[in-house]
Amino acid sequence: MFAGDDDILGQAEAWAKSGKGVALATVIETWGSAPRPVGSHLAIDEDGHFLGSVSGGCVEGDVVTEALDCISDGKPRVLEFGVADETAWRAGLSCGGRIRVYVERVG
Amino acid sequence: MDRLLLERLNAARRERRAAVLVTQIEGGAQRLVELDQVNADPLGEEIDAALRSGKSGMVEREGASYFLTVQVPPVRLVVIGAVHISQALAPMAKMVGFDMVIVDPRTAFATPERFPDVPVLAEWPEVALPPMKIDRYTAICCFTHDPKIDDPALEQALRAQCFYIGALGSRKTHGKRLERLTAKGFGAEDMARIRAPIGLDIGAVTPPEIATSVLGEIILALRKKPLRVEKPA
Repeated sequence: MFAGDDDILGQAEAWAKSGKGVALATVIETWGSAPRPVGSHLAIDEDGHFLGSVSGGCVEGDVVTEALDCISDGKPRVLEFGVADETAWRAGLSCGGRIRVYVERVG
Repeated sequence: MDRLLLERLNAARRERRAAVLVTQIEGGAQRLVELDQVNADPLGEEIDAALRSGKSGMVEREGASYFLTVQVPPVRLVVIGAVHISQALAPMAKMVGFDMVIVDPRTAFATPERFPDVPVLAEWPEVALPPMKIDRYTAICCFTHDPKIDDPALEQALRAQCFYIGALGSRKTHGKRLERLTAKGFGAEDMARIRAPIGLDIGAVTPPEIATSVLGEIILALRKKPLRVEKPA
């Protein structure tokens, strides 16, 4: 099922309310043919569960790893990813875009 | 992000209130700005522009970078009259991403079979509209020509500051409509907000063409005009 902001930010709130450590990742800038628009969210809980996306699946793994660190240390960070050509996931999409992702702890 | 801030952001979305979350990238300081706080905010101009475009993005101010998370309610299109034009408009509105609903108390018109794309309420506007909580992110089109049905919807739309209010009918029909609204206490400024004759002047003749001209006019009102109506004096 496609998760809209309702689900993603609502889930982040629900996780936080249940006492879990939660981080929120947001696409803050894109260059070139970035897969997800600025403002896209990915919510992550302390167990590594996540909802939403900041790319088409290319960098979510790295973002989740950073998010878990962020949940531990509480420091917001900005991550930058180049979207490599070989990770193009859809025919006809000319990749090579770059994205910046802001990761913060919810708490 | 402070959990309470996230709760407020989520509450604003549930209640169809526009809000902007301001995040200072260096240090992570955050605040939530709602419509009535935009003018007083140090980033008021940038926030205002972001709310108009509906797009999140980075802004720079005095050497600091901020990210604006913009949250505006999805556009709702309330159509009064389950008529031929509405049938053409329904799939088009869906394609554009508007959340369309049709209201018509005439049960012969208001049937789901005629409108596979959108919900149809066989109710009078007096009954159907109040629970919807129409707002400034709502567009209203009145297509029935029948004052008993159209007028109550127009009155509610004017009070709710809907960003687009259109009414079908000739200039003569509209003239009579304005007389009735004047009698109800609406002023010239209110009534100037009703688009009539409805639709962009593209020479539309058939129902799908008229639906196209109306949809174009709604998009124009949405994108070209600030959705924020009142400015404190």
